[in-house]
Amino acid sequence: MIEIKQTEKNPETRIAKNEMALEFDAISSNESFARVAVAAFVAPLNPTVEEMADIKTAVSEAVTNAIIHGYENIYGYGKHGETKPVLLKIKEGKVYIRCRIERDVLHIEIEDKGIGIENVEKAMEPLYTTKPELERSGMGFAFMEAFMDDLEVESKPMQGTVIRMQKKLGCGDWIYREE
Amino acid sequence: MDDFKVIDNYLCVKLPEEVDHHKSAYISENADKYILTEQVKNVVFDFEDTHFMDSSGIGIIMGRYKKIACFGGKVFAIHTDRQIKRILHMSGLNKIIEIME
Repeated sequence: MIEIKQTEKNPETRIAKNEMALEFDAISSNESFARVAVAAFVAPLNPTVEEMADIKTAVSEAVTNAIIHGYENIYGYGKHGETKPVLLKIKEGKVYIRCRIERDVLHIEIEDKGIGIENVEKAMEPLYTTKPELERSGMGFAFMEAFMDDLEVESKPMQGTVIRMQKKLGCGDWIYREE
Repeated sequence: MDDFKVIDNYLCVKLPEEVDHHKSAYISENADKYILTEQVKNVVFDFEDTHFMDSSGIGIIMGRYKKIACFGGKVFAIHTDRQIKRILHMSGLNKIIEIME
């Protein structure tokens, strides 16, 4: 057995428990707000640059899914390079984010009250997308799974989807470095 | 627009600081416009300013690759930092595009 050393320099400043909740409109400009907000919430835990990027990517994927799949919002700029969307279909709705820090584990819950997912297993397959016309790569759930330690998807058709993710911070980089 | 430049046979797309779904439609549709009107063969994505990308960015690159690959065109990624490289490797895009320093 390897003994794990406590690496925290100032144990008294360590946050044992912390919670936050966010609620915002399901529009695409809020995607960056959501991931930056979660990143700011996690910042006191001193995550590494990689961990921070992982969390931001996972949150971004989940929130994007809620917006374009849950509420089926469509943004199109037309084929002639307009700078403002020419095709805009926005269904009113909110995305809810709840974050909880318990010692060094981050729990994120991202919820929408949209159309839900009929077949969760199928949706989680890499490269599977129901919206190829929007150039979705179908990598959303694969990224969430890869970047977080645990992923749970709960969905009821026509009621909404809840995504629960967990990540233990302070584990270092998991991906092979080329350098 | 400064973000899209055509040099010889190459379309150079300068990507924004954060590439997400919010910006993806704008990037891909403008890139398509240049590919079509200027008849460029290859596309270069410049990640110099980019520090964040999610699967929407993969969609942008894959979509452009599909458009030009059938005419023998190539997709390049330049100035990628570690985060971007991670995403490109994870999605397997490094096998179909060329990542250059």
